[in-house]
Amino acid sequence: MIRSKSARIIIHTCLLVFGFIWIYPFIWMILSSFKTNTEFLTGGPNPIPEVFQWDNYVRAWTSANFSSYFVNTVIFTIATVFIVLVLSALTGYVLGRIQFPGRKAIIIIVVAIMFIPKGYTIIPLFKIVSTLGLSDSLLGVIVAESSGAHVLFILLFASFFAKIPKELEEAAEIDGAGFLRTFTQIMLPLSAPIVATAGIMQFIWTWSSFLIPLIFTANRPELRTLAVGMENFVGTYTSDYVGMTAAATISLVPVMVMFLLMQRFFIEGVAGAVKS
Amino acid sequence: MKVPTEISQQTVPKGKLSPRNRKKAIWAYVFLMPQIIVFFGLSAYPIIMSYVYSFYDWSGIGPLNRFIGLDNYRQLLTSDRFWQSFINSIYYVAGTTVISVGFALILAIILNDQKLRGKTLYRTVYFLPVVTTTAVIGIVMNNIFGLNGLFNDLMTTFGILSQPVSWLTDGVLAMILLIVIGSWKGLGINMVYWLAGLQSIPNDLYESAQLDGAGFWKTLFHITLPLLKPILSVILLLSIVGGINAFDLVKTLTNGGPYYQTETLDLFIYNYAFSSEFSGGQTRMGYASAAGVLLGLFTFFISILFSIGAFSKEIRQFRLNRKKARIGK
Repeated sequence: MIRSKSARIIIHTCLLVFGFIWIYPFIWMILSSFKTNTEFLTGGPNPIPEVFQWDNYVRAWTSANFSSYFVNTVIFTIATVFIVLVLSALTGYVLGRIQFPGRKAIIIIVVAIMFIPKGYTIIPLFKIVSTLGLSDSLLGVIVAESSGAHVLFILLFASFFAKIPKELEEAAEIDGAGFLRTFTQIMLPLSAPIVATAGIMQFIWTWSSFLIPLIFTANRPELRTLAVGMENFVGTYTSDYVGMTAAATISLVPVMVMFLLMQRFFIEGVAGAVKS
Repeated sequence: MKVPTEISQQTVPKGKLSPRNRKKAIWAYVFLMPQIIVFFGLSAYPIIMSYVYSFYDWSGIGPLNRFIGLDNYRQLLTSDRFWQSFINSIYYVAGTTVISVGFALILAIILNDQKLRGKTLYRTVYFLPVVTTTAVIGIVMNNIFGLNGLFNDLMTTFGILSQPVSWLTDGVLAMILLIVIGSWKGLGINMVYWLAGLQSIPNDLYESAQLDGAGFWKTLFHITLPLLKPILSVILLLSIVGGINAFDLVKTLTNGGPYYQTETLDLFIYNYAFSSEFSGGQTRMGYASAAGVLLGLFTFFISILFSIGAFSKEIRQFRLNRKKARIGK
């Protein structure tokens, strides 16, 4: 669109300068995690540490319990992603492909739930999970986190399955495959790109989830996830600034790496789900 | 949104289903069962229960037996702290929406240029805050904007500020900071929404504009922006609903302080329902539920308003068709 050379140079300069400011907090966080506390307090704006201190990480990992928070987060994230994928693939398949009475009503309900705020349901949800005897367990956190309809994913799956040609399904039926086999052996494998997209998106959201793990692990500190453990770190080790940045780095790096490796799926998935 | 209309185009055949289709329909209900159980058990039932709780004076422990009718609502509507949190939520939503949606549009237009070098790198950079854990961002930013934090250090070193500014202990500044950081965090996702919208504009429109000799600005105002209008209401709606539910950042950056001056509705509900230190030694789940109900109604109202905006074309088209049909008779 823009062809003049000077305009291009100006645009690149702006994008670069602005982009640097944009990610500077991350650079600052990672570099600070290698400083000593004194260097952190007296070093001023200079972000580069004199000597790289790895023991900030050792401290966060062992004495601040981030090793167990890490394990909790991994279990919590994988289980939630799995449950959400199963729920949305099944619902999406049915809505996208099968004609059955009541289909329109279900589509309307699914779209409507998108706008239910968490503040609305969190109190009764808390009660239900404890009634089920799941409070103070990782399973309770997982159940609470995977509740709700995952509208974007259901719609992604539905529109994908709706586009698969009828002939394929009919051929499978002629070969004697029933409903379940057609789904598990033909349709589901075809939807691998959607499974990947939804899986990565849910991974990133669950890894970063805060409200539900915060509330549901309030009485059991050993079940905390990284995001919740981070908040507690600040309360307990108030003056250990570099330990705080090391802990923050531990919490952020896995999700950033995941994003950088899979960004094509993630960004396209978000765009595809919202494209009007 | 296109997807729901696209999948609802296939209509259910009228009359009785054939045996083959009936078998499929039964399978359909089997497949839907898990989602239906989760929906009724963990979404619909909680919504109903939050209405029920809101009529009780209930700490969350022990039986629900002190029915007080609308008293929780009366107390809420006469509470300065509730109204403060309501207004704070509106400030936050309005601020982050205007800044990040507007700014994201400019960025998306620049980054949509196919010939721009390094556009993938730029997109990644601007998108990075979106995928990071908000709670961690809140804590890190709390440090950066502390009195002796990085930001004041930088500003005084470069002489932009003559002395450090206390960002987090001044109500107005803390609110501004929340909005700026919230916008920084949300910009990337809005940029991707805009890019999706831009890419749905057919290329030949640009080509014919070029043939007609239209320049960059003319193309922008006569083709790009008008064609982006339909997606605008979707983006606004997502940004508003997201802003209403912004809990992580507020809790970890300011925790509602100083003196509840940055407390938002979600944090208000959390504080009364789960955190006894903020509500005078005891949790008040009934009271918090009433606030939750008001928040839910508020969100619902806004969603309806924007859905009407988003689907206004379809609604007009529908009315027009009905009119035509009537005239045809």
